[in-house]
Amino acid sequence: MFIPCDRGGGSAAPDFKGFTLLMPAVSVGNVGQLAIDLVISTLNMTKIGYFYTDCLVPMVGNNPYATAEENSTELSINAEVYSLPSKKLVVLQIRSPFIKNKYRPFCETLLSWVKSSKCARVVLLSSSHAYQRDDEQLLGTPLRYLLTPDLEKAVGGHMQELNWKEMEKVAAYPGISDTDKVLHIPGGGITKLLFTESCSKGIEMAVLLKFCSEGDNIPDAFVLVNYLNEWLQLIKSEVSTSNNSTDPSSQWKIPSSWRLLFGNGLPPALF
Amino acid sequence: MATFFGEVVVAPSRAGLDEEEEAREETPEDREIRREIEKKRYRQSCSGGREIDVLWTWKSGGCAEEPLVCSRFIVAIGRNAAAFLSSFILDSVCWEVIGVVKLWNEWCRTSSTTNVLPTDSFCLFYRLVSDPTVLLCQCSCYVAEDQQFQWLEKVFGSMQKKDLQVTILSTCPVADYKTQESTLTLASPFLKALKTKEFQEQVCCPLLEQPNIVRDLPAA
Repeated sequence: MFIPCDRGGGSAAPDFKGFTLLMPAVSVGNVGQLAIDLVISTLNMTKIGYFYTDCLVPMVGNNPYATAEENSTELSINAEVYSLPSKKLVVLQIRSPFIKNKYRPFCETLLSWVKSSKCARVVLLSSSHAYQRDDEQLLGTPLRYLLTPDLEKAVGGHMQELNWKEMEKVAAYPGISDTDKVLHIPGGGITKLLFTESCSKGIEMAVLLKFCSEGDNIPDAFVLVNYLNEWLQLIKSEVSTSNNSTDPSSQWKIPSSWRLLFGNGLPPALF
Repeated sequence: MATFFGEVVVAPSRAGLDEEEEAREETPEDREIRREIEKKRYRQSCSGGREIDVLWTWKSGGCAEEPLVCSRFIVAIGRNAAAFLSSFILDSVCWEVIGVVKLWNEWCRTSSTTNVLPTDSFCLFYRLVSDPTVLLCQCSCYVAEDQQFQWLEKVFGSMQKKDLQVTILSTCPVADYKTQESTLTLASPFLKALKTKEFQEQVCCPLLEQPNIVRDLPAA
């Protein structure tokens, strides 16, 4: 499924030993995908390949991270892989929804690719419907995390230090008191499936998600990417001199493809 | 999703999985509906489900044939592009029909006949008589999302792809074009192009700017 850009150089199987794979789930508000766009755009990551798959709706366009005339004519499709070796980071961006009944095969192929390319761990950015929160979740931070048991051993302590909140399990049958608690991520797309599969396959995976609703999800993307940055430290959060706070929002570069997200200009004749 | 005017429009969920949540069991009605659709698709296509068949009329039959040698392949997708080819390029003297795609989906059905009316849904392949390596495809039917990959594999699978140049012609509504000014004042129709980096020739029109994208079979 993975096709490297540089077909001439060696075998097709990439070696991401020790790398972190960062990827989005196609979820409510597309927050994960928007956050990934910010990461790729800000870190100026290089495309190293794409996924040739029949599981995603096809689309194509010109380079969404173009900054000038010269780099604007590279084609871009629905599932592409970027890398930044200096930070041992490889990023998958997914740009279209799953074709009906194809999300399971995609998850299986993806996880076996994770294993064969020897990624050390996977970080999945996702979101969940804000309207499904219970009374307690309505208060406090809208950000949550999840760790597979293998990753819990490695970084669980760090999450405690960061004062992060783990995603709560909910009753399998709401209203009935004596029931099992299960993981429920409404609007999260393949998040739950990937997480539970990773748990059973011994893959180190972290899920970072935000409660949100459909609308202008750009602020949600910034919140999520800053949350990610607290842990992975992808960019330095400079201390702002005006209010002495560390808010790295201004250091994320918005890609050129985010223009016109809410439609074209209006015809003057309308008024 | 809130639009420009502030009213809230229910956006189709982009999660793409809501109907397949594991926690929710398929109700008996859902199962029945799914079974009926599968039965109908099987009856219609007569080859088991959402399969598409590519029938090459120049082949004498059998499965293992050598690939079609092709140097130029022009694909016209959609009624407008197909009509363009019919009006300006195709005629019965210079071009011969060499294949047809048979498919069924909820939007259209094509048959294996090569004698079609302009108002039919069809997908035909032609070859230039004077240079049999030049192929043309007129695809006026809609190829559904879950059939696009199959279409690609079956059509291109029959071709020898070395030194092959592919040109795809299609149309999109002007209203879908994203631009700073309003599309009302835009001079239309207009041409835009996308090309791979392997395409070295001059393109006859400007390239498609971000954030515009292409979908469906042309994208596939």
